[in-house]
Amino acid sequence: MDLMSLTAVELGKKIASGEVSVIEATKAALSRIKQLDMDYNCFVTVDEEGALAQAEIVQKKIDAGELNGPLAGVPVAIKDNMCVNGMLTTCSSKILSNFKPTYTADAVLRLQEAGAVIIGKTNMDEFAMGSTTETSYYGETKNPWNINCVPGGSSGGSAAAVAAEEVPYALGSDTGGSIRQPAAFCGVTGIKPTYGRVSRYGLIAYGSSLDQIGPLAKDVTDCATILEIISTHDSKDSTSVDRNDTDFTSALVDDVKGLKIGIPKDYFGEGIDADVKEQVMAAARTLEEKGAVVEEFDLSLVEYAIPAYYIIASAEASSNLERFDGVKYGYRTEEFTDLHNMYKKTRSEGFGPEVKRRIMLGSFVLSSGYYDAYYIKALRTKALIKQAFDKAFEKYDVILGPVAPTTALKLGESLSDPLKMYLGDIYTVSVNLAGLPGISLPCGSDRNGMPVGMQLLGKPFDEKTIIRAGYAFERTREYQRPAALTERGL
Amino acid sequence: MSKAYETVIGLEVHVELATKTKIFCGCSTAFGGAPNTHTCPVCTGMPGSLPVLNKGVVEKAVAVGLATNCTITTDCKFDRKNYFYPDNPQNYQISQLYYPICRNGKIEIETEGKKKWIGIHEIHMEEDAGKLVHDSYDDSSLVDFNRSGVPLIEIVSEPDMRSAEEVIAYLDKLRLIIQYLGASDCKLNEGSMRADVNLSIREVGAEQFGTRTEMKNLNSFKAIARAIENERERQIDLLEEGKEVIQETRRWDDTKGYSYAMRSKEDAQDYRYFPDPDLVPIRISEEWLEEIRAKQPELRAEKQERYKKEYDIPDYDIDIITASKRMADVFEETIALGAAPKKVSNWLMVETMRLLKEHEKEADEISFSAANLAKLIQLVETRAINGTVAKEVFEKIFAEDIDPEQYVEEHGLKTVNDEGALRKTIEEVIAANPQSVEDYRNGKEKAIGFLVGQTMKAMKGKADPGMVNQMLKELL
Repeated sequence: MDLMSLTAVELGKKIASGEVSVIEATKAALSRIKQLDMDYNCFVTVDEEGALAQAEIVQKKIDAGELNGPLAGVPVAIKDNMCVNGMLTTCSSKILSNFKPTYTADAVLRLQEAGAVIIGKTNMDEFAMGSTTETSYYGETKNPWNINCVPGGSSGGSAAAVAAEEVPYALGSDTGGSIRQPAAFCGVTGIKPTYGRVSRYGLIAYGSSLDQIGPLAKDVTDCATILEIISTHDSKDSTSVDRNDTDFTSALVDDVKGLKIGIPKDYFGEGIDADVKEQVMAAARTLEEKGAVVEEFDLSLVEYAIPAYYIIASAEASSNLERFDGVKYGYRTEEFTDLHNMYKKTRSEGFGPEVKRRIMLGSFVLSSGYYDAYYIKALRTKALIKQAFDKAFEKYDVILGPVAPTTALKLGESLSDPLKMYLGDIYTVSVNLAGLPGISLPCGSDRNGMPVGMQLLGKPFDEKTIIRAGYAFERTREYQRPAALTERGL
Repeated sequence: MSKAYETVIGLEVHVELATKTKIFCGCSTAFGGAPNTHTCPVCTGMPGSLPVLNKGVVEKAVAVGLATNCTITTDCKFDRKNYFYPDNPQNYQISQLYYPICRNGKIEIETEGKKKWIGIHEIHMEEDAGKLVHDSYDDSSLVDFNRSGVPLIEIVSEPDMRSAEEVIAYLDKLRLIIQYLGASDCKLNEGSMRADVNLSIREVGAEQFGTRTEMKNLNSFKAIARAIENERERQIDLLEEGKEVIQETRRWDDTKGYSYAMRSKEDAQDYRYFPDPDLVPIRISEEWLEEIRAKQPELRAEKQERYKKEYDIPDYDIDIITASKRMADVFEETIALGAAPKKVSNWLMVETMRLLKEHEKEADEISFSAANLAKLIQLVETRAINGTVAKEVFEKIFAEDIDPEQYVEEHGLKTVNDEGALRKTIEEVIAANPQSVEDYRNGKEKAIGFLVGQTMKAMKGKADPGMVNQMLKELL
């Protein structure tokens, strides 16, 4: 049995008991990456030397009794938009192709303190802008279930690395679905926490009011365990919230009796794939059979989520990405005539087309004369969407729906039509606009054997209820690894 | 010039707040320091870094707002002002556009005995930029981010001023208020206070404002006055020639005595302001506001009133002493050490003012300590030294803040109170100046002055002139 086929918590137990050493676990991850990543391209950077050195240190601390957490010694992959001191951090962009931060993202620091061994940085859509991991400057990541399909995005590298068993778990970030959608496409589990739950310090911003870091792993237990470690109040992030309800593993209870689950009818209308609809509805019935009260309702405003999201996220991004100018760090054009020419050439050469499209869109909606018509209107829409959810949560404990209208698309299919790609985010973006927590977990597969994901949404800071519901559902089925892995004899 | 014109002036004043740390990070705001040593990921705009508001900045901004009769915006926000320039590490400045912290204030100024209120449109908080250093040798520019993130407030006046005198009076009043609050040292030459002048002209009696220009790079009160005169004349000339004033930003060159256009309204950038999503809205509760109000120190007018009641010194002296927070501080501290108010006031009004003028310094630049002035006054009181010696010692205190007791001791300046020694010297003086003795005895009262002088000279200035006078009369 390969160590990487274990969940993070299972591997952590073996390390804690001394059955497996941290070095063995680290080498298992590194060897899996060497074996498979040529095909899947989940990683931008693999830090073999650093990981092995860190493994030695962590092992010593475990032996000395200084580290005894559930994930001590377990290897992890970090999405390439989170800063790790001294490690290349590119956001999958040419413009940061040489950037090594001198500080570490708070969420990553928390993992390091808990004994995590950082294996490397995972591929993503450039600056997290995309839903397929195809906009990366370092080539697209491929779906371990079908190498001709996308892994989803923007945390596609993290999701695929977990599905391909290159690492037991990974961190991703979710601005409009970037953890939940790739988790669904790759058949793994991911949590987008409530806005403010996890510090954003060291996360290279895309849409600051929407970004949240969260875990991707094989099951709900892993995700709850990871979230428990990375959820802390951070005085370096003004939007970080001080909470004492971070004991998420206490919610790993197989009991949904009386739990009120609402299913938004609006999420099953036009555009949803029949197989996706069938699998998600079947999952709802499973929870009902376990004692939950399931009911359909009208969420409303669903059609406004996409335009509101793309206006707000692009507006913030257009400002957040101004710092990449060739002056202080990152890529600078080779030849230029003056300052403005340097800016123009650096940014024209350094950013890819999807990033440029969103910078232009964002600059436009913030420009004088359009600010009220677009940006302010989008903020109002955001407030209304939040109200619609608040109203729904007066009746329901959990909202259940699909993560995406389809399963993983073929490579290249959506790049040719960006609007189609944007529409694929219809079920995920409103969760970010409302700041809610959401968990994405596999619930079956389509006619081609590709995984289908469902998401469970909760009230603000009520991750525990969606963890409980997810855990109870997960008890009813086995973890499905990509058939391709088995076919390769792994 | 055929018509009569009125000048209309509004000011935008930037003041660096005297917090120990920067507005959005823990870096020091200390002036100087090797380039890029007072920096961190936040104030150098590194990816992934986030701003966290320094509460001290809010408190100082509110303190200034309260002292200038503003309404405090209890729910205010920061906005991003987007523009590309290398001294601005994020390429946006965190400032306040939509909800500035203070609004609708006013302060009273006085020019040529006439009092007038000047309106304050708003006060907002923002971060300072870094500094570009141009290296002409290899034709490149370097950036020093030590100033990046230093807290500023921008005080925007209404267009209520009509002359350079009013502008100077307004700036002086503003500076005093802020210095008294301890919110900033307000040094124009070091850039901790900077003023941009918005100026337009119109025919006397006209209701509409004329087209205004904004003047930048004004580093002293003198430069401001000169720039105002120059710009007023330039605009009048344009109108008289039948031309139009163009709305533009101009840069004043004080050594050449003229301004030139930097950018016109057409080149004005669209700053794409929007609320900064990295910072949460600031809620100034009633309790917090009360706390700041309670901590508000005594301002100049209150101090003047108190001095009138507590000290027997002329109003004129009170005006001069309180015109500088520094001088008022020295005054009060010296009195607290036991010196008589009248004596302290004399040292400040006469010798200190004389030396300031001689060294071309402002009262804010007084560098001696109250302790040494108090000791000096004590030495005079106890007749340990005489007035002439005291003035000499004070010059040393003014320049180097020396300890007068030690100095007098080391240089043997103590008054000789030994009657025997004095009597002996006087007898010698009398013997050596028979003509003067003769004159005095013949009724020429003045002659004694010469004899006192001769005695003091022989005593190397260390005698008490009163005592010398008395003893001379006795011996004659």
